[in-house]
Amino acid sequence: MTEHAHPREIIAVENLVQTIGGQEILRGFSLKVYEGETLVLLGRSGGGKSVFLRHLIGLMQPVSGTVKVDNRSISGLRERELADVRRGMGMLFQNGALFDSMSVADNVAFPLRERGETNEAIVTSKVAEALQMVDLHGHQAKMPVNLSGGMRKRVALARALINQPRCMLYDEPTAGLDPIVADSIDVLIRRLQRKLGVTSIVVTHDMKSTFAIADHVALLHEGRCYFYGTCDQLRASTDPVIRDFVEGRSHEQP
Amino acid sequence: MAPARYVGELIFSLARYLGDLALLAAETIRGIFHGQVRPRLVVQQIYEVGFRSQLVVLITGAFTGAVFATQTYFQFHRLQMDTAVGPVVSVSMFRELGPVLCGLMVAGRVGAAMSAEIGTMKVTEQLDALRALAVHPVDYLVIPRFLAMLVSMPLLVAECIGVGILAAYLLTTQVLGVSEAYYLHNMLHFTGGRDVAMGLIKGMVFGVVIVFVSCHQGLVAREGAVGVGRATTEAVVNGSLCILVVNFFLTMTLNIFFPAGK
Repeated sequence: MTEHAHPREIIAVENLVQTIGGQEILRGFSLKVYEGETLVLLGRSGGGKSVFLRHLIGLMQPVSGTVKVDNRSISGLRERELADVRRGMGMLFQNGALFDSMSVADNVAFPLRERGETNEAIVTSKVAEALQMVDLHGHQAKMPVNLSGGMRKRVALARALINQPRCMLYDEPTAGLDPIVADSIDVLIRRLQRKLGVTSIVVTHDMKSTFAIADHVALLHEGRCYFYGTCDQLRASTDPVIRDFVEGRSHEQP
Repeated sequence: MAPARYVGELIFSLARYLGDLALLAAETIRGIFHGQVRPRLVVQQIYEVGFRSQLVVLITGAFTGAVFATQTYFQFHRLQMDTAVGPVVSVSMFRELGPVLCGLMVAGRVGAAMSAEIGTMKVTEQLDALRALAVHPVDYLVIPRFLAMLVSMPLLVAECIGVGILAAYLLTTQVLGVSEAYYLHNMLHFTGGRDVAMGLIKGMVFGVVIVFVSCHQGLVAREGAVGVGRATTEAVVNGSLCILVVNFFLTMTLNIFFPAGK
């Protein structure tokens, strides 16, 4: 563990419990995320990774436990009270969640306009800059329905980044993408961390991506944090649950 | 025991549904007082719900007025009261037929569109994306529709009533041969500002009912395409039923302030 090397906790989750449809998805999950780091949360499909991520930005409220952002508990806050916390964060949804009635440019410009930017010249230039960053310059006029899965995700990333959040939450950023686009997303996450000091929490089960971007890795298993450490500690682990996950073994016979 | 339990559950779910609608209305009003009004979206919604509903409303008003005038004429003609068709049609259109039929048509056209659009946004995580971008879904989606309906519905009802009365006048005087002067005189004599006020107030209330019922169905939609389909159907059915029930209570209440006849 290298917590002491880090300056400050930006997110602290303690004993998070969440139940969906009568099933306990999170059973006392605890985790800390430090400013400026990239933390990758691993776990099996349907294990509650996305549910966990949604708690960090107040999209879900825990059954019990606390979520603190910048030392302020956001559990139990009302929707309007969460706005301040959310303004400092960005979230990339699994399928992009682009507004399908708006063009690419309007989607990316949405957060700017919502925060009161009325100068269209500034909006246009910032949108172009954000789209350039995700390698989609020139696609401003397209509608989301005409974009591929990878392009949708990159537009969603540009939208989440345009207001320069201090903390980014990524829900399966490379799932369903070809290896080259997936690598470009990894590079982008890394670049954001290095250039802008953005804290990133990435939910994935892509091991290649994990080793490319993670400062710390956490493994969610049976609703709890089963492992927390660096990539080297993950590689070196001999725990059978961790080895199965890292090496992708199901133990089923053909 | 089973029927009592069924009735109990029905009452409980009705109370919960009305509570949800009241909370949505309160959140909408709170948003307006927080200054969360987006004029561009309000204008866009006025175009969608008001301007584009005109054809449906005009056809409804015209044919309702015409058929009501015809039936009234057939009955009144036997009593030599042909010229009473004007006031009967006019007062009925203002007080009941105009607002109710216009409300039902708008509930079908606009209510379905609202719940389908918001429901699709819900199941494709677009509502969560709004929330993650620090935008309250009620502020962005419900407030513009609410304000647009407040402006549009009275105007649509006025159009519906106007075209209904005009159709009745033309049919009765030009086809059925009733005297134009007596028809107009009687109509204007028995129709007053109280009838106009009742029609417009009812229209505005029905607009509010349609917005909250439809937006609520959209906001609680679940389970993908099936859920959106169900939300849309329920928005139209619940919206129409609410209009009919609310109309009864509105008629009883408004009749105290705007009594029928002189």
